[in-house]
Amino acid sequence: MGDWMTVTDPGLSAESKNISQYTSETKMSPSSLYSQQVLCSSIPLSKNVHSFFSAFCTEENIEQSISYLDQELTTFGFPSLYEESKGKEARRELNIVAVLNCMNELLVLQRKNLLAQENVETQNLKLGSDMDHLQNCYAKLKEQLETSRREMIGLQERDRQLQCKNRNLLQLLKNEKDEVQKLQNIIASRATQYNHDMKRKEREYNKLKERLHQLVMNKKDKKIAMDVLNYVGRADGKRGSWRTGKTEARNEDEMYKVLLNDYEYRQKQILLENAELKKVLQQMKKEMISLLSPKKQKPREKADDGTGTVISDVEDDAGELSRESMWDLSCETVREQLTNSIRKQWRILKNHVEKLDNQVSKVHLEGFNDEDVISRQDHEQETEKLELEIQQCKEMIKTQQQLLQQLATACDDDTTSLLRDCYLLEEKERLKEEWSLFKEQKKNFERERRSFTEAAIRLGLERKAFEEERASWLKQQFLNMTAFDHQNSENMKLFSAFSGNSDQDNLTIHSRPRPKKPHSASNWSPVCTSKLTKSLPASPSTSDFCQTRSCVSEHSSSSVLNINPEETKPNQVGRECINQTWSVASRPTSQEGCYSGCSLTYTNSHVEKDDLP
Amino acid sequence: MNFSELFRLSGLLSRFSPDGKYLASCVQYRLVVRDVNTLQILQLYTCLDQIQHIEWSADSLFILCAMFRRGLVQVWSLEQPEWHCKIDEGSAGLVASCWSPDGRHILNTTEFHLRITVWSLCTKSVSYIKYPKACQQGVAFTRDGRYVALAERRDCRDCVSIFVCSDWQLLRHFDTDTQDLAGIEWAPNGCVLAVWDTCLEYKILLYSLDGRLLSSYTAYEWSLGIKSVAWSPSSQFLAIGSYDGKVRILNHVTWTVITEFEHPATVNNPKIIVYKEAEKSQKLGPGRLPRPLAPAETKYEIASGPVPLQTLKPVADRANPKIGVGLLAFSPDNYFLATRNDNVPNAVWVWDVQKLRLFVVLEQLSPVRAFQWDPQQPRLAICTGGGKVYLWSPVGCVSVQVPAEGDFQVLSLCWHLSGDSIILLSKDHFCLCYLETEEGNSPASGQRLQLRA
Repeated sequence: MGDWMTVTDPGLSAESKNISQYTSETKMSPSSLYSQQVLCSSIPLSKNVHSFFSAFCTEENIEQSISYLDQELTTFGFPSLYEESKGKEARRELNIVAVLNCMNELLVLQRKNLLAQENVETQNLKLGSDMDHLQNCYAKLKEQLETSRREMIGLQERDRQLQCKNRNLLQLLKNEKDEVQKLQNIIASRATQYNHDMKRKEREYNKLKERLHQLVMNKKDKKIAMDVLNYVGRADGKRGSWRTGKTEARNEDEMYKVLLNDYEYRQKQILLENAELKKVLQQMKKEMISLLSPKKQKPREKADDGTGTVISDVEDDAGELSRESMWDLSCETVREQLTNSIRKQWRILKNHVEKLDNQVSKVHLEGFNDEDVISRQDHEQETEKLELEIQQCKEMIKTQQQLLQQLATACDDDTTSLLRDCYLLEEKERLKEEWSLFKEQKKNFERERRSFTEAAIRLGLERKAFEEERASWLKQQFLNMTAFDHQNSENMKLFSAFSGNSDQDNLTIHSRPRPKKPHSASNWSPVCTSKLTKSLPASPSTSDFCQTRSCVSEHSSSSVLNINPEETKPNQVGRECINQTWSVASRPTSQEGCYSGCSLTYTNSHVEKDDLP
Repeated sequence: MNFSELFRLSGLLSRFSPDGKYLASCVQYRLVVRDVNTLQILQLYTCLDQIQHIEWSADSLFILCAMFRRGLVQVWSLEQPEWHCKIDEGSAGLVASCWSPDGRHILNTTEFHLRITVWSLCTKSVSYIKYPKACQQGVAFTRDGRYVALAERRDCRDCVSIFVCSDWQLLRHFDTDTQDLAGIEWAPNGCVLAVWDTCLEYKILLYSLDGRLLSSYTAYEWSLGIKSVAWSPSSQFLAIGSYDGKVRILNHVTWTVITEFEHPATVNNPKIIVYKEAEKSQKLGPGRLPRPLAPAETKYEIASGPVPLQTLKPVADRANPKIGVGLLAFSPDNYFLATRNDNVPNAVWVWDVQKLRLFVVLEQLSPVRAFQWDPQQPRLAICTGGGKVYLWSPVGCVSVQVPAEGDFQVLSLCWHLSGDSIILLSKDHFCLCYLETEEGNSPASGQRLQLRA
């Protein structure tokens, strides 16, 4: 019993386990089952199944088919279609519920399978298209690869060809060079050959000439002769002299005389030139000294460099050189002294100019009001002067009045008084006039003075404003500086603001001197135009002549005017004269006097030029 | 400006006498001497053959007429018309003949340059100078007539001999460092002799009167060299025109180049006046009839902007190519230098020597044949082989038609030493062009034609 029990129990348990396993299997992994089914089954098979179904169950084999299905279903893990048998002999009953459940489950499974199949099909399609695309891509890339490979091969080929060509060209170049070398050698050899031949030919030619000479000249050719009526005297009236050693010596002497004369002439010219240059140097030096001497107190006061001592040296030199005897000294000493002193002074001048430049730049940097201050001082001086003058005038008038009164009281005689009266009257009138004049002058002076004071006040105000501005600016700057120290984050901004400010200041400073330039320009232009207008009116009168003659002086005159207006005047004189030369043909007699005069001036102008070149 | 009537002429042989009183001209084998003022014939001499060369003696007393074909020279005296002198070189032949500066000796060069024969008119003496070199300019007299320099060739080497003209004694003889000497020229002061090499090499050497080499100058190598050389009248400058189209000016102190004058094909500097000759459109005035046969009058126009000049492309494979500065002349006052670049044949450049820069360019309608400076003032006369004569002076320039019947082509011209008149020479005729009229010479005015305005 125990054994049986033990035998049955494991069997039962094993069955149940199996069932549970199956169920669990079906439940656990339906997808794997579906997939298996999908993989195995196909649509025609299902049709077969259908047709099979129609033939599967008939009236006769219901039992068999049911049992078959049961078997099949149990193997697939479905519960048995039959009810649990109570006894072995009892016929097993068909459980309808189980059948229906099974059918339902099967249908559900079928639907699921269909869905899955659809999904798989779409996926399959997608994958197929992807595949196609990728294949296309692949094909294209392959093509590209092919073409690039071909290209590469082509390029390689070209490279090879070029290299080949290059090699050929190099070879050719080498050949050409060789050729050139060869040709040069040939040319050289030809040249030497030619020279040699030439010499030979020339020798032959000379020989022939010699021979010809002998033949022609030594034949006592009767023809070679001079047939003269009578010999004429020499141009200098002397008789010809015999050739002797003396004449030879004389000739030598004369030649050297000629040469000596030439050298003397040139030396004289050079001396003259030297003297001129010395004069110029001397003058330059003097002018430099005069230019520098008033300034020399300043440098001495400043005494920041050695100019003071140099100047004293220069003065010594000047004292020496001012002597006339210096001119007659030999070249070297004079030259040395002159050049040295000129150099020194030039250095001083340079220093001075540099200093001036520095000062100017300083002034520009410091500010522009310094000059104004100076001018203001000038104004004050001027006003003082004017006041003094007014004072003097007043005194004069007073004394004159006093004198008049004295005269009037002193005279008693009628006739004389009358006479004097009339004189006095005249004088009085004159004095009155003078008085009024003086008054007017005084008024003018007053007005001027007022204007000056006003200007001074204005200047003061301006200066004050400027000072304020400057103070404010300084303050701002200071503030900025402090801000710069404190706030590191803002320093960039501040700095930029600061730099902008300074720029503006510079602009204002530099803009001041500018207004002077237009003044100078406007001063220049009228001069130029007046010159032109002066020279222009002369041309029409002369151009009348030109129109009658085929000359272009009109053009030339205009062009000459265009080129250099300064030279027009001498040219005009000349041109008039030339015009008249051409006009002589039309009026030969009337123009002559005028022409000769003109030509005289013309030639004179050239005579002046003659010394120059 | 007035013109004389036309006179017949052959071989462009018409010369003023050095004293300016007479005018000699040749018509075939006749020599005609006229008074310059009246143009009356003073003497008429008949030579043995057609005259090929004439030359006045320096004292204006004698004229020599050379007939190279016959090897003959005939000398005529102005004072004694019956006096005659005939020099026959016989079989030796004759290629050149010239006066010595004293006017009493004649230097005849025989054919093949065998020798130079010095014939004297005073004595029977005859001197010979052997080995003269056949070159451009082989004989040069000093301005004062005291010395003559002669280029020679001995043993295939160039040398120069300097003779004293008064007794034809050799003063100096020296070799020159030249390959093939082409020319020699004295400075006007007679103390420096310029010697230049053949055009194959640019080389100029300067020798003192006593034969010392003062300096030598070479501007470049391997190219055609010197084409023309001119001394300034003051002897200060030596202008050298070369085949590279430049003029180089040497100074007389250091004999180095002061400046180079280039002759570009376009004048770019707007400061330089360019006078362009242009044909005048003929105006038909009320009193004037159109003359169809008359040549068109021309005038000068001032060109502005960069002015391109007409250039000639030289033929490279011919000898003596038309390039380089071929004509050079200083004005008598040293102020100007006129040049012609042969590959710009229509233009005359006038340079300001004082400022060493270009002054004016004149461009003619046809190639410039010749130009010459007025001996008295800076005035340049130019001819182009046409019917006109052109005058330039610093104040302007004019073109004047020669009022001659028929074809009168001015091939050459020559100033009278007073600067009053110019001889204009054509192939068959010549005439005088008067630039000034003077009261005293009124008799001649009858012969002069008035210029049509």
